[in-house]
Amino acid sequence: MQALRLSRNALLSIAIPIVAVMASFLIGGVLILLVGVNPVDAYSAFLYGAFGNRVNLGNTLSVATPLILCGLGIAFAARGSAFNIGAEGQLYIGAIFATWVGLRFAGLPGYLLIPLILAGGFVGGGLWGFIPGILKARFGINEVVLTVMLSEIAVQLVSWVVRGPMLDPNSYGLPQTAALSDAGKLPLLLKGTRLHLGLLVALLAAVIVYLLLFKTAFGFRVRAVGFNARAARYAGMAVTATSSLAMTISGGLAGIAGAIEVSGVHYRLLDGISPGYGFTAIVVSLLGKRHPLGVVIAAILFAALQGGADAMQRKVAVPVHLAQIIQALTILLAIVGEYLGSHGFSQFRALLPAGLGAAAPAVAAEE
Amino acid sequence: MTITSLLTPTVIIALLAAGVRLATPILLASLGELLSERAGVMNLGLEGVMLIGTLAGFVGSQLTHSPWVGALAGFVLGGAAGLVVAFLCISLYANQAIVGVVFNILGAGLTGFLFRVVYGIRTTSAPPKAAGFQPAALPLLKDIPWLGEILFNQTPLVYLALVLVLIEAIVLFRTRFGLNVRAVGGYAKAADTMGINVYRVRYAAVILGGALAGLGGAFLSLEMGIFRDSMTQGRGFIAIAIVTFAQWNPWGALAGSLLFGVADSLQLHLQAFGFKIPYQFLLMLPYVLTVIVLIISSRQARPPSILGVPYIRDRKS
Repeated sequence: MQALRLSRNALLSIAIPIVAVMASFLIGGVLILLVGVNPVDAYSAFLYGAFGNRVNLGNTLSVATPLILCGLGIAFAARGSAFNIGAEGQLYIGAIFATWVGLRFAGLPGYLLIPLILAGGFVGGGLWGFIPGILKARFGINEVVLTVMLSEIAVQLVSWVVRGPMLDPNSYGLPQTAALSDAGKLPLLLKGTRLHLGLLVALLAAVIVYLLLFKTAFGFRVRAVGFNARAARYAGMAVTATSSLAMTISGGLAGIAGAIEVSGVHYRLLDGISPGYGFTAIVVSLLGKRHPLGVVIAAILFAALQGGADAMQRKVAVPVHLAQIIQALTILLAIVGEYLGSHGFSQFRALLPAGLGAAAPAVAAEE
Repeated sequence: MTITSLLTPTVIIALLAAGVRLATPILLASLGELLSERAGVMNLGLEGVMLIGTLAGFVGSQLTHSPWVGALAGFVLGGAAGLVVAFLCISLYANQAIVGVVFNILGAGLTGFLFRVVYGIRTTSAPPKAAGFQPAALPLLKDIPWLGEILFNQTPLVYLALVLVLIEAIVLFRTRFGLNVRAVGGYAKAADTMGINVYRVRYAAVILGGALAGLGGAFLSLEMGIFRDSMTQGRGFIAIAIVTFAQWNPWGALAGSLLFGVADSLQLHLQAFGFKIPYQFLLMLPYVLTVIVLIISSRQARPPSILGVPYIRDRKS
């Protein structure tokens, strides 16, 4: 019986995201119809933009790289019960640190310089994760609001850095830093595309996060704190330290994404180095069920969504914002799906017409 | 340029008057969030709700040439957005943080999408304009020295927001409905036993809260008569922080919003006066202030005791 129930839960936890994604694209199709475009035309432009040829496929995987890293970070913090929605800002600060390291040690050979750049990204992002981590752990401040505020601050810091202290004197006034030395640039994996070695770094990070979470004592403590902080404290765990450290690692992973955008895509720091990867990564982490493998799959899906939506806007004039709508719908529909999975259809139906009305004197339970 | 050049009566009055104006959308949103949190539901999707109000306000005014219709549209669609949040958080017992954060993405996507569907994907042509509110000085009150120019030469929604502070304070602390709201946010099980319909009260609070946030969003687009993508710029989150600062009291929300409005006005004036501070640090000011306010107010924060906890009625017994 126990085994049967487990397998039903396992099945649901795979089926619900898949059905939610399909349903979201279906609703997206209805929106496309409302715009007056044939959904078949739109979605074929979409598929072409996402996977249609070597270049598009390479770009999709290149976009998936920061989504995997930020998604892993958010998932790691979420395992420790902190909702880190500031990956965007952590990516930005990571990019500042990485660029500084890359320019400062430009003379080093690549096998030393690239790890240093990635480490710089980890430290910068980690710092930007530690601040809300410690503030939440010590003062109980809502980390959602905190991380959003820190993201806004980080964007302004990058804007200042590329116009002030790190401005390239030879950029003719363009707000950007000098370019990295060739040794600091991540090599391309596929010639003629944007796909670079960063993807392998991201996949390696997924393996490391998996091992850290599920095969080490530290990972066990993180999950214990996330599952029930009070019980973890009774068991003698250092709850404050564990959850701040989890947020630091979370930010650090997003910081590596920033380092990779500098070292693999732009080769320098400039404004808008991320078009919202940190925010898309929230959906990546949620749909991936906070599991490294799920995060990797969801990151590729949402990277394809971005490339595909760009192509849809170019070819059939469907606004690119459809991508955001589909992202959000997948999670909202998964929430409905999870309710149905645990409560069944009959209770769901009861909610819709009169469920709000009935007030019988019954014993109530709070969770 | 030194700070003393700012200290002339004309500049100070202009700075404070702009502060009141900039405080208004945050005030409306935080009054909405306050109501919702008092009932035990944390609406972290406030930013998305505001954005929907921003577009609704713009379209309503653009189609009818009446900013009042725009304001009404922002209020109604904000309420509709609140209903969606309420359904997920209250009826489906969903995690309120997840619902909120995802709703913000939905709000940004929907408004960007619909704006382009209605007005086209334009890159070069001038953005469409809608009728905005004009300042309407209140007779007699406007002649009060200093205060008249700061408070009583504003657009109608500013006065409405100030009156709403008083109304919300009366409703929360002097009416049956307010008592019920505080009861379901304080101890839902006891409220249920007393015959209060926890679900219905929570729905009402979250929908009304969404409507107020939607009105706050509409204020933004109706002030200048334009709509831009993500034009709320984090104001929804600032409003949530203000509710903590306000200790869940409408008068505190007024104080907190004014603090932010004046800080925002100050940074705009400093930019205009060309101070030697990098402008990015001025733009950061509201966000840094939010972090500081959260740290300070967290020490004595006493939120409604079951804030964020879904209420699950035991259906079997």
